[in-house]
Amino acid sequence: MSEWWTYTLADIKSFSLQTYYRLFELYNAAIWPAQIVGIGAGLAIWALLGSRRHTWRGRAIAAILAGFWLWVAIAFHAHRYATLTWSARYYAWGFGLEAALLLWAGVVRGRLVFERRLPGLAIFLFALVVQPLIGLLLGRTWRQVEIFGVAPDPTAIATLGLLLLATGRVRWEMMVVPLFWCAISGATLLSMKAPDAWIPLVAALLVVSLAAWRTLARRRGRMPRRDNTG
Amino acid sequence: MPSPPTLNRRALLSSLAAAGAASVLRPLAAAAQSRTILTRAIPSTGERLPLVGLGSWITFNVGDDVLARDSCAQVIGAFFQEGGRVIDSSPMYGSSQEVIGYGLDKLGHPSQLFSADKVWISSGGRGPSQIEESRRHWGVPRFDLLEVHNLMSWEEHLPTLFAMKKAGRVRYVGLTTSEGRRHDEMEKVMRSQPLDFVQVTYNVLDRQVEDRILPLARERRIAVICNRPFQQGALIHHVARSPLPSWAGEIDCKNWAQLLLKFIVSHPAVNCAIPATSRADHVRENVGASFGRLPDEAMRRRIVTHVQSL
Repeated sequence: MSEWWTYTLADIKSFSLQTYYRLFELYNAAIWPAQIVGIGAGLAIWALLGSRRHTWRGRAIAAILAGFWLWVAIAFHAHRYATLTWSARYYAWGFGLEAALLLWAGVVRGRLVFERRLPGLAIFLFALVVQPLIGLLLGRTWRQVEIFGVAPDPTAIATLGLLLLATGRVRWEMMVVPLFWCAISGATLLSMKAPDAWIPLVAALLVVSLAAWRTLARRRGRMPRRDNTG
Repeated sequence: MPSPPTLNRRALLSSLAAAGAASVLRPLAAAAQSRTILTRAIPSTGERLPLVGLGSWITFNVGDDVLARDSCAQVIGAFFQEGGRVIDSSPMYGSSQEVIGYGLDKLGHPSQLFSADKVWISSGGRGPSQIEESRRHWGVPRFDLLEVHNLMSWEEHLPTLFAMKKAGRVRYVGLTTSEGRRHDEMEKVMRSQPLDFVQVTYNVLDRQVEDRILPLARERRIAVICNRPFQQGALIHHVARSPLPSWAGEIDCKNWAQLLLKFIVSHPAVNCAIPATSRADHVRENVGASFGRLPDEAMRRRIVTHVQSL
């Protein structure tokens, strides 16, 4: 891209905010009642986090997340969002990659073990419960809200929250795709002057800060090193 | 040698009826005449195009939404009703090409359409397949104008487009840029290639093209299409906070859109401005800039000064 410094957020805009919200309205109508599955699975993850630490618990959570990432890759990005922007096909691959990472590390190798810690839990709960409500408050209709498990933003933010709950080192390799998505989504919403554009951006910044702090703390030996075993 | 006309009773009555009708129709005809759409000739052929076209960036990218597609079809219908001809799109504009095709289909493919599309792909070899896909989306037998979008791989695409023109598969060939980018390169191509059209960003606040591109277009006899006439809506939102100056009536402008568009199309090098809109009432306002008086140089300066002061 030549003269890249002359490009602004307005240049990446390729559809209107009204069209973007309608995209979710039509998508939500088409996949109903998958949203209930998403919310139910979110509550199940919450319940699993409260159960005793076992490897299978991490595997179950990773499997649920991987399934949702794959769903969003295909049902949202490839089938819906791709009708508005050619870049959605790349987003679909990215979401597919995240699903594969979660499957490999979390389900096959059992390397994801979760424990309840406040920042991660708060971010997960925010994506599950608060984010759809903020959408309603900021101008979306209830038909246009984004729900965990079926819409990309809450799925990415909830995943970041859960990855913060993983024991051991920070799982940066699994955070790359969700963080990247938050940046893309935030920039897209900002380009359309959407009132909820700050949500993915603030969430991503918060997660990066918390994860960086944890990495530094581990390096300085302030946090106990734990094995990734149940 | 034809015989002189004879006047029988029926002919006499017909003549009287016609005279009566003429006296009624004259004002209507005069009114229609005052609504004559302003056109400017494409320098390379002399074919005339109305001064205001229809862009499709953002506004027509509505995906599979049938309600929104119908609304876009109404916009296209209103555009043709008002006398518009040029519709512009690009493979970069998401579903816009398909939505235009949907609208044209609903409207029975109006014959006045002047279809302008672009090739936008880095690989020159994949240009023809992209153009063919675009053509299928529009549902037209061929494009009137094909341009290389934002100069992307123009060295590879232009030979393809010129070959298509020679074969009668497109009527005009051009090149586009936006937001004042890569003007040096565009100038170079304008000097070296037999282009029919260029498309650039030009509006009352973005006037870089006045220095070199527009004079060069006149010198090289290249038609000019102007994109982003309202700076993606930001300009019109900005000026609309203030009342339309009273002197806008001197050039037959009834609203800000017409004043801003008349500034653009009154430049002698400009053939057409292509505002995009998702509303039929706005498209009527926009095409309204193709009628009536155009600003002279003094009025053009007045428009610039006034808009800059807002």
